[in-house]
Amino acid sequence: MSLRVDDLAVHYRTTRGDVQALDGVTFEIADGEIMGVAGESGCGKTTLGKALIRLENRMKHVRGTVTLDGEKLPIADDRAMDPYRYRRISLIPQYAMSAMNPTRKIGRMIRELVTAKGVAYEDVRPELERRLRLVGLDEEVLGRYPIELSGGMKQRVVLVLATLLDPSLLIGDEVTSALDVTSQKAVARALVEFRDREFVRSVVVVTHDISVLYQMADTILVMYAGRLAEKASATTVIDQPLHPYTKMLVGALPKVGERYDDRRLTGIVGRPPSLLDPPGGCRFRDRCPLAMPRCEEQPPFLEVAPGHQVACWAVA
Amino acid sequence: MRTYLARKATLYVLTFLVAVTLNWLIPRLMPGDPVQRMISRAGVQHPESIGPMVEYYEQLFGLDLPVWQQYLNYWGSLLRGDLGVSIWLFPSPVEDVILRAVPYTLGLMLPAILLSWVVGNWMGAAAARRKALDNTVLPASYLLTATPYMWLAILLVWGLGVVAGWFPVAGGYDFGRRPTMSVAFVLDVLHHWFLPFLSLFLVSLGGWAIGMRNLIIYELESDYANYLAALGAPQRLIRRYAFRNGLLPQITGLALQLGTVIGGALVTEVVFAYPGLGYLILQAVQNADYFLLQGALLFVVVGVLVANFVIDLVYVVVDPRTRTGLQGANA
Repeated sequence: MSLRVDDLAVHYRTTRGDVQALDGVTFEIADGEIMGVAGESGCGKTTLGKALIRLENRMKHVRGTVTLDGEKLPIADDRAMDPYRYRRISLIPQYAMSAMNPTRKIGRMIRELVTAKGVAYEDVRPELERRLRLVGLDEEVLGRYPIELSGGMKQRVVLVLATLLDPSLLIGDEVTSALDVTSQKAVARALVEFRDREFVRSVVVVTHDISVLYQMADTILVMYAGRLAEKASATTVIDQPLHPYTKMLVGALPKVGERYDDRRLTGIVGRPPSLLDPPGGCRFRDRCPLAMPRCEEQPPFLEVAPGHQVACWAVA
Repeated sequence: MRTYLARKATLYVLTFLVAVTLNWLIPRLMPGDPVQRMISRAGVQHPESIGPMVEYYEQLFGLDLPVWQQYLNYWGSLLRGDLGVSIWLFPSPVEDVILRAVPYTLGLMLPAILLSWVVGNWMGAAAARRKALDNTVLPASYLLTATPYMWLAILLVWGLGVVAGWFPVAGGYDFGRRPTMSVAFVLDVLHHWFLPFLSLFLVSLGGWAIGMRNLIIYELESDYANYLAALGAPQRLIRRYAFRNGLLPQITGLALQLGTVIGGALVTEVVFAYPGLGYLILQAVQNADYFLLQGALLFVVVGVLVANFVIDLVYVVVDPRTRTGLQGANA
């Protein structure tokens, strides 16, 4: 068992009260698993990614635990988390394009970073060059400034940089969102390859783009309004989703080989509830075609088949 | 890099041409006739001798020629390194008058600007780091920047000069002394230098501190700083990067300040009757001394251009982004 998250709740402090962005999330990630987290904007997927490595100032850990390789992480204690960061848990941020200091050459920045983490740059340098070549970059990029690289190149440098110390868990937040489709594929492939070569043990990929997850994720976790809706293998989620929200989400994707000349793609009518003071029970019920009186109660996240969990009264 | 320098050099030459022309033009647009003024100062007894005197002086200064001829002559003598003769301090050459004043202005302004830049940046960085410091340094800085420097100068003269009697209130050195290279004279010069220096130093200090504090806070919230923090990099490293990147706009600011070095502290020099260039410019204006004014302003222009050019070069070294930007977009 690589990562275990138990009843994790994280709120954002605002002047109008706490926004319950993450409200009791429980799941596990196995060794070698690439888990995708999907959902619409504001569903808590980015908050989940951040909670695993670094809470922002306005984020508050309310309850729940995160256990990595059998060790409980002090996620609420910024200082105590430092030794885990980079060595055990690492991150490819949403802003990978601007994640590197613009006035330092890339190699020098990496040297200063690993040195600060107590690792001799000379020891990791051969591996660094090997991995750069693996993602199709020449080691010469180490002598360049970030602005001299294209977006896709920067993304790949950050991938190599983030995994240089072989972390147990890598969090990728919208890793492919800012890239064109060709670069998306290259980055997705590199990520899978890094897992296969055990540069990282398991990966959490946060994205709004389910089709990207289909290319690289083993399992997909669908979130809705701060809670989990469904978790299953990627093929199950795409081909046989159970949760009505997942069904509608997947149904909103165009299918390869079909023409949509005069048909509109169906979206999901309505908006997610405000998380400032969310309604009780199932949070999807206002938009759900299968809503029934029982949905006033919060549905449990139950295993309906091996490796397939769902939170819905109608289908579980 | 070569095209960059060539382009910059062309720009500087053009600026120089325009500025030198304005230098020549602006004094001539001032009201008042320098020769008339000179003669009335001389207190000529016989009204009939005024006519020939005016004629003599106008010919001497070349003021009887057509305007275009005067302009060409001005360029001609400028290129020969001749700035003309001062009307106010007739018959001293303008070069001598200016060269006597330049050390005082440079000695006053350079330390004031550079030291306030260094100390201000350091204070701003410290304020960005600690809340308690921020709450004290920031208001103090706002107070200092908002202070008009001549007003602070007057306060200092009154407090430390007149009331406490620790420092002399006027002059570049004691009027009873002759300028020599003796220890006593140097000490005397330093003694006179301190108050004008302090007033300039204090006033510019606040601006630098505020600027640096804001820049660092901005840098600390930038993506690369966030990413380093997420990777658990020590605060020391993140702050070092933030400081270095925050310094870049401050270098530009320093360039602009350095440009004002030479003409700079005009008012300060007037308050302290300090024998620098600013004091000279004031006298030149009051006496309609075209040649002295031209010469003094020329120094200002050259100072601004040289300072900017130096900073341009420094910037290419410290900020890689300017370099790629100038080679054309190959990123």
